Amino acid sequence: MTLIPRTRSFQPPAHAPGYKSTVARSPSRALISGPATATEQTGPVFGHEVLGEHDNNLILNYTGQPAIGERIIVHGRVLDEFARPISGALVEVWQANAGGRYRHKKDNYLAPLDPNFGGCGRTITGEDGSYEFLTVRPGAYPWPNGGNDWRPMHIHFSLFGASFGQRLISQMYFEGDPLIARCPIVNTIPDQAAIDRLIAPLDMTRALPLDCLAYKFDIVLRGSRQTMFENRMEGL
Amino acid sequence: MVQKLETLIESASQTAGPYVHIGLMPTYAGNAGYYDEEIGTTPFLDESKAKGEIVEIVGSVFDGTGWAMRDALIESWQCDAGGVFPGDKGADPAFTGHCRFAADAESGEFTLRTVKPGSYKGRGGVESAPHISLWVVARGINIGLNTRIYFEDEDNANDPLLNRIEQRPRVNTLIAKKTGDGKYRFDIRLQGEGETVFLDI
Repeated sequence: MTLIPRTRSFQPPAHAPGYKSTVARSPSRALISGPATATEQTGPVFGHEVLGEHDNNLILNYTGQPAIGERIIVHGRVLDEFARPISGALVEVWQANAGGRYRHKKDNYLAPLDPNFGGCGRTITGEDGSYEFLTVRPGAYPWPNGGNDWRPMHIHFSLFGASFGQRLISQMYFEGDPLIARCPIVNTIPDQAAIDRLIAPLDMTRALPLDCLAYKFDIVLRGSRQTMFENRMEGL
Repeated sequence: MVQKLETLIESASQTAGPYVHIGLMPTYAGNAGYYDEEIGTTPFLDESKAKGEIVEIVGSVFDGTGWAMRDALIESWQCDAGGVFPGDKGADPAFTGHCRFAADAESGEFTLRTVKPGSYKGRGGVESAPHISLWVVARGINIGLNTRIYFEDEDNANDPLLNRIEQRPRVNTLIAKKTGDGKYRFDIRLQGEGETVFLDI
């Protein structure tokens, strides 16, 4: 199998000065490209034995007592570019609490911690590439970029596909959030359609009456194709 | 109108942000015990049984001002000492090949303790020089940066990836320097003088 090269025009560039931290953290030289090798086309495999019972339930997985906030299910599928489901994919998430505060020693935002909310979860996709989490909707929070910049509500996602070359970290946003269009991090993505694909719609079909709302978030990783014609020697 | 291509497009990347460690390295973020088992804390399942030479690679990730970053998270992936990737037939059962690590908050230095990888034959039967793949994410990095560690005490002359780099002095940015028995130094410079080669593979 051969990994499909990334279409970089749908990905944010390294240097995006509206997001100030990129200015000193972006390579100035062009990336060196080449055909994918075994190093990129293989990757770690994670089994269900690493998962704890409540690893995908962020409402309960910190202390066992329920967290405060808007109860939501986040669900979706992990697919490749050929719309094939990726089963066995490790999906890891982390997020702020309902007030926009992270449980991280470096976060000193004045909104309080929730004693019953840790803010991270993980799961492994099923045969059809599906996954789900139960969590509280994270709050927006301010960050020192522009004079008055606020991150929209978001959940960070980390994905392992079948190979290390598919490795991806991104963020899920919520339908209708007016902060999305104003966010310098969102706007590092040059293509509006690519931004729209990171916005999860409200999904009433998966909401549980008198319990929780639901949002759907599908993720697409790089595809791989069968190696059919590959007769050229390296370097030609 | 031409025929329609029925393909999807890879989801756009976003920065891992300043709090990436709470999700991927809870102990490092000050949340020890969050998970019964954290992923990737070591590439060994059983270090005492792993085949090959155990090496320690120390380094820092420097930004464009020369500051050693304290908030980057790095993952490594590599084959075992015999050149076989974990999960493939014949791979060393004591070795997972995958590790997550981050810089120390005080020193700004990371340490990767692993086995020195073997080499494997790739496209056209060409043998690659031993290397470890790295993926670097952090606040200010919009899409994970891929690079590789090679070793100065190996024969790197015929490596197909290294030979794609036109400006030969830049090859040195991918080569770990030996500092002692089984010890190497590998610094990553995101930008400016001595900028590390990053890959789009």
